[in-house]
Amino acid sequence: MTGYESLRKLSQESSLNNLAENKTTVLDKPTNAFLASLYPFMKKQIDNKRHLSVMTILFLFFAWWFVTFIGWANPLFLPSPSAVTQSFVDVAVDGYQGSTLLEHVGTSLYRILTAFFFACLVGIPLGILMGISHSFHQVFNPIIEFYRPLPPLGLYTLLVMWLGIGESSKLALLFLSGLPGIIIATIQAVSDINPNYVRAARSVGAKRWDLIREVYLPGAGPTILTGMRISLGFIYTVLVAAEIVAATAGIGWMIWDAAKFLLSDVVIMGLIVLGVTGMLLDLTLKLFGKIVMPWTAVRKM
Amino acid sequence: MRSEYKVSEPKGSINITDLGMVFKSRDVTNVALQTTNLSISPGEFVCILGPSGCGKSTLLNVIAGFLKASEGQALLDGELIQEPGPERSMVFQHHSLLPWKTVGENIEMGPRLTGDLEVEQTVSYFLDMVGLSAYRDHYPEQLSGGMQQRVGIARALATNPRVLLMDEPFGALDYQTRLVMQENLLSLWDEFKSTVVFITHDVDEAIFLSDRILVMSSAPGCIIRDIKNPLKRPRDQLISSDPIFIKLKRECLELIRAQSMTKLNIKADHQRPEIKP
Ligand SMILES: Nc1ncnc2c1ncn2[C@@H]1O[C@H](COP(=O)(O)OP(=O)(O)OP(=O)(O)O)[C@@H](O)[C@H]1O
Ligand SMILES: [Mg+2]
Repeated sequence: MTGYESLRKLSQESSLNNLAENKTTVLDKPTNAFLASLYPFMKKQIDNKRHLSVMTILFLFFAWWFVTFIGWANPLFLPSPSAVTQSFVDVAVDGYQGSTLLEHVGTSLYRILTAFFFACLVGIPLGILMGISHSFHQVFNPIIEFYRPLPPLGLYTLLVMWLGIGESSKLALLFLSGLPGIIIATIQAVSDINPNYVRAARSVGAKRWDLIREVYLPGAGPTILTGMRISLGFIYTVLVAAEIVAATAGIGWMIWDAAKFLLSDVVIMGLIVLGVTGMLLDLTLKLFGKIVMPWTAVRKM
Repeated sequence: MRSEYKVSEPKGSINITDLGMVFKSRDVTNVALQTTNLSISPGEFVCILGPSGCGKSTLLNVIAGFLKASEGQALLDGELIQEPGPERSMVFQHHSLLPWKTVGENIEMGPRLTGDLEVEQTVSYFLDMVGLSAYRDHYPEQLSGGMQQRVGIARALATNPRVLLMDEPFGALDYQTRLVMQENLLSLWDEFKSTVVFITHDVDEAIFLSDRILVMSSAPGCIIRDIKNPLKRPRDQLISSDPIFIKLKRECLELIRAQSMTKLNIKADHQRPEIKP
């Protein structure tokens, strides 16, 4: 056999055949450490229903284009895709009200990610303690249950009075809207852990703090991740509200400001940018989950 | 590797005095275990046999330290048992390997937490002992039921326990795998020689494995018979045709039958079939 042939044979045996089959293919975990770290993503490629999502997106775009093309929609309210693309280019190059698109997006992402980071930093440990200890749960639950249903704008007025109209009240609002989702998911995740896991760990010598590291945190991990994704969604929904007051940049502010001047192409462009960054962040979280929790990507034998 | 592994001196005596267990909820009191006295010598392999719900798991969980007895006490080598500890590690019936840890990591947890100085060697040693060295980096879900139980046993042994507690560890396995696992366990036990308390429903399993069989009454349970098992070791499954095996089996079956009869209010003496050895 020539070198080329054996190489081809090897690559076919190792992955291509498996990929070509269908979703239920089980790949043997690669022994190479680098390949192993990619292992969770390799299975992604086997998803053969991906094209349906692509078709949905194409269809929506087509419908939008069609409706504006034949003049069913008033361009003042629903501009054509090309107008929106044009405003994307304009704002990206010349900026909107003194900031370029990248600056608007950057400002908003900074707010979102800072708030999200602190929501995780506080929410996950608090949720774990509340899930483990009944007294802890009783102490903190009333606070969370009370403020959770409050409308963000109502909360915001108070935060502005306390913290002023600057950056801190915005971050506080985003933080507070992200927090309950994480805490509640974490509590649920911890109390759903099979008590046998805890017993097994204690039976080989795990003490209280060992249990958090060895059992509660990893055991609750997948549900915590879901909570984080939901919480990031909440933060997004509150972004525009947070940027209405005394902001000069931010994608939410840009949308709000453009709406005042009936610049619907900028509004729609802003919404699309917001949606796309949200989807990308969500994807990043999912990938992150697969990397730090490799066992969730393993199929049963 | 800890030096103790190489020495197979017996260790782990259990003394249980006036132990009783009552579960109380708001308006129901449930006697799970009647007053029980029991002592197990170091290195003994004891099987507990009894009908479902008679309190076998309760007794074992008290020894493990997962449950606090309502009355009486349990001692390990003269010390009061108050909480779970690695010197009394447990093998569960199922679903107890941590799914987020690989086989190797599951076994490694105990030695690491108990300050074993040579964790790496300990893990390899026990993986090898249960014949799963090739599966070190697999997750538990990727193994068959029998393999998972072997990992469970390796994990429990890796802390070098004085007592190994086993709650129907082979109960969820098919018959063939079960027989193989029983032989496996005995050959492992030959090496580690700790005290074993093994719960089972299966009379054959109890006789095949044990030095001593404790038969429990139906709920609320207490130990009604303490049977010495004189069968010679090493044993293999062929021993089930040994006359002593058959005699023991008959004794156990009669006790169990009498138990279920009293439960159903039927006199056990009626129509007893002759079992020929
Ligand atoms: N946590 C608990 N709360 C209340 N009652 C309990 C609890 N655990 C066990 N019991 C009761 O104690 C009795 C003995 O239960 P146990 O689990 O020890 O039985 P078992 O002999 O192990 O049964 P099996 O062979 O089915 O596993 C049962 O009546 C059961 O309902
Ligand atoms: Mg039981």
